Amino acid sequence: MVNDLAERARTLRKHVVHLAADSPGAHVGGSMSVVEILTTLYFDGVLRVDPADPARPGRDRLIFSKGHSSAAYYAALAEAGFFPVSELDTYKKTGSRLAGHPHTGVPGVELATGSLGHGLPVGVGLAMAAQAQGLPSRVFVIVGDGECQEGSVWEAAMAAAHYQLDNLVVIVDRNGIQEDGPTEEIMALEPFADKWRAFGWATVEVDGHDVGELSNVLHEVPLTWSRPTAIIAKTVKGKGLSFSENTNAWHYGHLSADLKQQALQELGGAS
Amino acid sequence: MSLDTWVSEHGTSSRTTCRVAQLDLARSDDRVYSLENDLALPSVPFGKEFPDRYRQIGIAEANLLGVASGLAQSGRIPYVNTFAVFASMRACEQMRVDLSYPKANVKVVGYYTGLSGGFAGPTHHCTEDIAVTTALPGFTVLSPADAYEAYLATQAAASVEGPVYLRASRGDTPMVYSSEYPFEIGKAVTLCEGSDVTIIATGCLVVPRAVEVASRLASRGISCRVLNMHTLKPLDVPAIVAAARETGLIVTYEDHNLLGGLGSAVAAVVLENEPVPVLRFGVPDVFCTRSDEYEEILDLYGLGVHDVYEAVMRRLR
Ligand SMILES: Cc1ncc(C[n+]2csc(CCOP(=O)(O)OP(=O)(O)O)c2C)c(N)n1
Repeated sequence: MVNDLAERARTLRKHVVHLAADSPGAHVGGSMSVVEILTTLYFDGVLRVDPADPARPGRDRLIFSKGHSSAAYYAALAEAGFFPVSELDTYKKTGSRLAGHPHTGVPGVELATGSLGHGLPVGVGLAMAAQAQGLPSRVFVIVGDGECQEGSVWEAAMAAAHYQLDNLVVIVDRNGIQEDGPTEEIMALEPFADKWRAFGWATVEVDGHDVGELSNVLHEVPLTWSRPTAIIAKTVKGKGLSFSENTNAWHYGHLSADLKQQALQELGGAS
Repeated sequence: MSLDTWVSEHGTSSRTTCRVAQLDLARSDDRVYSLENDLALPSVPFGKEFPDRYRQIGIAEANLLGVASGLAQSGRIPYVNTFAVFASMRACEQMRVDLSYPKANVKVVGYYTGLSGGFAGPTHHCTEDIAVTTALPGFTVLSPADAYEAYLATQAAASVEGPVYLRASRGDTPMVYSSEYPFEIGKAVTLCEGSDVTIIATGCLVVPRAVEVASRLASRGISCRVLNMHTLKPLDVPAIVAAARETGLIVTYEDHNLLGGLGSAVAAVVLENEPVPVLRFGVPDVFCTRSDEYEEILDLYGLGVHDVYEAVMRRLR
């Protein structure tokens, strides 16, 4: 199973490479770092969603709040069957619905994101409604670590604990780097996990590229009854490509034909 | 003097030239600060030259505008660099209560204005900022037409005592000006003289299109005046009234929602002072979820050179 997931992750990374090469450009860094998180949610049976019926009542919700990393998100949605994989080729092309930032015109997208700091508050509302209606649905919100500089994230964090939303899970892609540089230089977040704990969340730190570890914790939520869950996934920005790892230089960029070749080779052969 | 050297040094993107203007200002005025929103431009070394007057606030726009207000209320002149959509709407109430109300001397530069975000999608388009910012008492609102005018407008903002909002485009846009000229806040620039019709335009990409419409009309014997309305507040009322009186037909042209933008403002001035027909070209009241280049999105919404040309021809025929 873990091997299957690792293979899935590799497929998503290759898609990201294609999208960043065959379009004006993509947010490579944050797409590569979030791959295993998306893989585990969509392909390890965590998310109870139905690609054939994306609006099915009572489904789990995934809010992809770090919408700039759309390349990875679209790749996951396509591989999960929400739309044809071939449509990925239209990414950012004239007339395509696959715009640089996701919107609800794309099957499987629950919220238009791209303006950071919107996902968690909306997630609180969705979780609140599910709780009030006694629905089994859970709400997963993926946020960037830089995104957690937004006050709205912490306003939502406070509300989620206040309303004991144990059906709400935030997964932070803690890659340590935002657009202009390392988070700790731009606007320090540490002690980060302690902040979530102090806000009343059941908080764990995991290796965000270890699908086994992610799988264990995601299948276990809520970690504590009557508390929301925060999963701090330690990741590497630009993971998987020698030139994009651990730098903000590839936060956004276009891959030349040469770099595309190199990238696909590093990911294990062309496809 | 020709702008060739200037352009080869600074390029044609307002994202760069607005920051270059801040750096140049900071060299002669130690009250000038530059604040960033995790969207800085390493090629303009403000932070290296003036580390004490450069502040990275991170991804936190409400805080960004509040901090700027505090600096201004301590005698500093902070320039805030963020995207138009985040300044005008994410931090709208900070703009209102912390900038507008206390008349804080803050200069807000909003990039990615209008539809210049192109394929970035609806969260990054900003077709509401004119409506929002012109409704804030005491705000001066600037909307330069190319990267050079963006530089001049950024500098001129420092001479205003009070809050200024400057709409800046995203990437490289065509140059409107080929030589130096004196920029004056509140004074529209007549780019083409004309007597049959006046196009009043604002913003990068749109103003050059207006000039193109005028030259196409000229080839059909129609004399079209073009006004670059680089200041949306205070509006150049005398220039609008004169255009209405002298040309008898007004066309407005902008990449902003038709509601509350340049067209609304000009129509009100014309109606009150010199009623003549007004044709408004702007973005319809919808979100653009299609992925496209900036130019193509403008065309999609009927904001192409041909659309405006045709409409004027129909009117005057
Ligand atoms: C409200 C808002 N402010 C600024 C931006 C511009 N922006 C896009 S991505 C980004 C950096 C995001 O950093 P992080 O959340 O750490 O994401 P990751 O490193 O995973 O890409 C910024 C500042 C935005 N999209 N939304």
